[in-house]
Amino acid sequence: MSHNGHHLTDNELHADPGIEIHAHAGRKVRTERDTHTVFEKGAPGRRAFVCPEFDVPRRDDALPERFRRAQPPRLPELSEPEIVRHYVNLSKRNFDLDSGFYPLGSCTMKHNPRLHERVAALPGHARLHPLQDPSRAQGALELMWNLERALAEVAGLPHVSLQPSAGSHGELAGVLLTRAYHEDRGERRTKVLAPDTAHGTNPATVTMAGLEVVKVGTNDDGGVDLDDLRAKAGEDTACLMLTNPNTLGIFDSNIEEIARIVHDVGATLYYDGANLNAVMGVTRPGDMGFDIVHFNLHKTFTQPHGGGGPGSGPIAVSDRIAPYLMVPRVVRADDGSFDLSIDFPESIGRLRGFQGNYGTFVRSYAYIRSLGAEGLKDASQTAVLNANYLLARLRTLGVADKLPLAYGKLCMHEFVLSGAPMKRDLQIKTLDLAKRLLDFGFHPPTVYFPLLVDEALLVEPTETETRETLDGFADAVAEILREAQADPDIARNAPYSTPVRRLDEAAAAKRPRIRESLRDR
Amino acid sequence: MADASYPDDLLYHTEHDWARLDGDTATFGVTWYAQDSLGEIVFFDPPEVGSTVTKDEPYAEVESVKAVSDVYAPLSGEIVEVNTGLGDAPEAINDDPYGEGWLVKVRLSDPSETDELMDAAAYTSSLP
Amino acid sequence: MSRYTAVTETDLKEMLAEIGVASLDELFDAQVPAGVRLGRELDLPPGLPEQDVYAHLRELAARNVSVEDELSFLGAGMYDHYVPSLIDMLMERSEFLTPYTPYQPEISQGGLQVMFEYQTAICELTALPVSNASVYEGPSAVAAAGYLAKLANGRPRFVVSAGLHPHARETLRTMAHGYGAELVEVPLRDGVTDPDAWAGAIDERTGAVFFQNPNFYGAVEDAEALAGAAKESGAVVIGSYDAITLGVLKPPGECGVDVAVGEGQPLGNRLDFGGPSFGWFAATEAYQRRMPGRIAGETRDVDGRRGFVLTLQTREQHIRREKATSNICTAQALNALGGVAYLTWLGRAGIVELGELLLARTAYARDALCALDGVEALHTQPVIREFAVRLDAPVARVLARCREQGVNPGLPLDDDGLLVAITERRTRADIDRLAETVGAAVAAEREAVGARA
Repeated sequence: MSHNGHHLTDNELHADPGIEIHAHAGRKVRTERDTHTVFEKGAPGRRAFVCPEFDVPRRDDALPERFRRAQPPRLPELSEPEIVRHYVNLSKRNFDLDSGFYPLGSCTMKHNPRLHERVAALPGHARLHPLQDPSRAQGALELMWNLERALAEVAGLPHVSLQPSAGSHGELAGVLLTRAYHEDRGERRTKVLAPDTAHGTNPATVTMAGLEVVKVGTNDDGGVDLDDLRAKAGEDTACLMLTNPNTLGIFDSNIEEIARIVHDVGATLYYDGANLNAVMGVTRPGDMGFDIVHFNLHKTFTQPHGGGGPGSGPIAVSDRIAPYLMVPRVVRADDGSFDLSIDFPESIGRLRGFQGNYGTFVRSYAYIRSLGAEGLKDASQTAVLNANYLLARLRTLGVADKLPLAYGKLCMHEFVLSGAPMKRDLQIKTLDLAKRLLDFGFHPPTVYFPLLVDEALLVEPTETETRETLDGFADAVAEILREAQADPDIARNAPYSTPVRRLDEAAAAKRPRIRESLRDR
Repeated sequence: MADASYPDDLLYHTEHDWARLDGDTATFGVTWYAQDSLGEIVFFDPPEVGSTVTKDEPYAEVESVKAVSDVYAPLSGEIVEVNTGLGDAPEAINDDPYGEGWLVKVRLSDPSETDELMDAAAYTSSLP
Repeated sequence: MSRYTAVTETDLKEMLAEIGVASLDELFDAQVPAGVRLGRELDLPPGLPEQDVYAHLRELAARNVSVEDELSFLGAGMYDHYVPSLIDMLMERSEFLTPYTPYQPEISQGGLQVMFEYQTAICELTALPVSNASVYEGPSAVAAAGYLAKLANGRPRFVVSAGLHPHARETLRTMAHGYGAELVEVPLRDGVTDPDAWAGAIDERTGAVFFQNPNFYGAVEDAEALAGAAKESGAVVIGSYDAITLGVLKPPGECGVDVAVGEGQPLGNRLDFGGPSFGWFAATEAYQRRMPGRIAGETRDVDGRRGFVLTLQTREQHIRREKATSNICTAQALNALGGVAYLTWLGRAGIVELGELLLARTAYARDALCALDGVEALHTQPVIREFAVRLDAPVARVLARCREQGVNPGLPLDDDGLLVAITERRTRADIDRLAETVGAAVAAEREAVGARA
């Protein structure tokens, strides 16, 4: 390694195997090579917790010996400053949405307003016990009621449950509700239709609900193949699960006909709300003919993703599905007071503890109140504008012949490119492009999904990005392709600038090491 | 294994499985095409010795980093031996799919089923 | 344009030109059929400036009685523990709050290492070798454990102790109806799972057995005996625990439990009127490849550096699809960060000290309440952090009187029962005040009944 003429000697490079030496503007920069877990830090006797005063008598007889733990768990022993330093430093090994562009298709990485953290932290919300008497939680119940009404308006379906913990949980609720609906009419329908572009949770959900998935084909325009649907929809069809726009970013213009076909055989139509960000205030799933809709509060409604969770997956349903909705439900009395009721005899029951992820309701409600009708529509319109602009920019920069749009000409809030020509002509794959984008300071788009598209790259900029950011991203993609033209190895061995480089995922799966090995004291 | 190969002495099944006959027993495995599609294989959980396999039905799963695939029985019979070495070295399925990467040995219940399998030429021409 | 979007008039003109359409409407007209267009504004109130949203949310908060507004002994699954400030700070950091699931591990080493550390901590607490990176919450974890058993052995029956939290039982019932398992409930006797009824209910059709320890009524169960009774049958033994008690309570891994789960809220997470929190999920080696949810694993990069990745991903919904171990897409990563940071803050000594304190204060509280006229223990089993009593007066009226004094004594149960939870925030003085308040309320109610008679 050298820069500006200074060559590091072998001695300097390899003096300590635990230390990495970089040459930076002619000077040595040392960093520790390997990360250490919190279990490898601290020392016996160090502590952060100070136990409150032991103000009651100790009781030897309180817990029989045979129920007692013999050896304490080997949790770490660190002082408070050590703990803070450890986790703060770990945080710096993460890329995040506040720091940079995150066009992960299907995830709707839109800005997370900090107002929402402030209101969620108000003690009246954050420190409210879930089993507090409803008469003393009227603010919370009113918030939930208002959120339900707002979501109902966005979806075009009147009955809402905020209970499900995530999108896939909302899907499970939807399938269980469909099953209950049919069983109540004395029918045992076992098949759920799903397009082959569907998100992976759809088939897994169906199996968990005791039903069977049947795949429906996609036509050349990227929509549902109507002939295939007509052939497969029948008396044993419980439901068709769809998202519109779909995972190709295409709005299926045949949606009304699809709804007719499905309803004609007596089945229900389920809307996966993952792509709701494209259509708020423009069209509503209820108006398209859907019976059940799930929302992803952590996508469309700014609940922060938190590195993977928490999320929330409320559902809205039509009149015919309403009797089966989960309990408890928020109800309003004539005097305007609110309560939680389980008095719904046909309900499928509950799908989780308490009443759902209230903390996410506070944030999403604050978002809806901040934006209002006009702002929500603006969000969707801008999301669609930004996606089409980015697509057009890529085209202008000459990227389209290596990364063509998989379907159609325009898109909704996201678009899918195929890296197959790039792979054939430049010998770099979608994966390599993604890894090289990391060196340019961008989080890559979603890769290898949907499965229908070869070497797929699913790009969703969202509405909260500026045009300059979109231009910068398009420029980066163009440059990486130019670079690959000259030397494909650069992308193939990327990234170079991240805390670690490409990791051996096969080794992790073959001989899983999923916890730190601890030494006994 | 770097290059595609489909040995002539084997019989092939449409679901990308092969059979090597030896009297009334046969050895099963997955083809080069199968291991190439799956990517690096990380896990194989063999079925129990003594259990039955039925032609065209799945009898086990092969797991790679990115996917899990059913393994289909080309012929019916009773499992007499399984390749326990794959527990430590599942990558043998990638490196040597017809040799060290064999999966199970089966005593055939109906040897006439071999009529329905393909030879190397027919299998290779059926590949996309 | 709102405060979160940035398309100016100039931007719009130039962007539309680049796209090649004349207007924003044209973008939608070309793709969304007229027949499904909304054609009106959404019927929602207009947007508000930040300060007005804040005022509104504050007004709603003011109409909730939180644990800061009264002396609360409410528990039953979520508890008012003290969460240190460093947890708040960490959970608000952009780098932990705003990223997505770590699909690009090279730039997600922070989050992945947190998961790995969290998994290690849960394994240590439970004395089980395998943990995932969390599931949604407690009752969902119980239901997920049931699904694991169903996929593992295919048997149609679940034997479930009546000591399981009602929400866990109900969630399990709803989900089991989906995947086809029948629940057989075993009653309690003297506050714990009836051992004879338990053994009697388990047979070769039993796919899994479920108990909670301490159970819903606060009683410590004989986990080893319960697990032992199921050994012969080959059913999966599933124990629902409260992790904060595992500094003093014998861990599930040492009692023959196959899968241990629990509600993670007591570990560094807020009450939040019931969520979000996390569910923890640990198991024996045999179930490693059947674990639902995300798992972080250790590996090396191309230069030999230590790093972490999501592993065993083929089990998850996005690859195996119909054969997936679950449909979980969301780990409660941020809440699990709170959990592991909290456990690190408690430390090896702290979790034991806290457990001993809870044990002693709970015993003291039960004695204090049962010394009152008109209050008797629902059971006399060992308790650690929660206990149940029965009142000789209508519990709703007793609660109403206590609330007037600023005390919330706990959760009302059937037959004038009361479930009382103790945390390290409830001092001896608080407990004395509880006893005094409840004593006075019960006495007043008994007198009122006597007067009416």
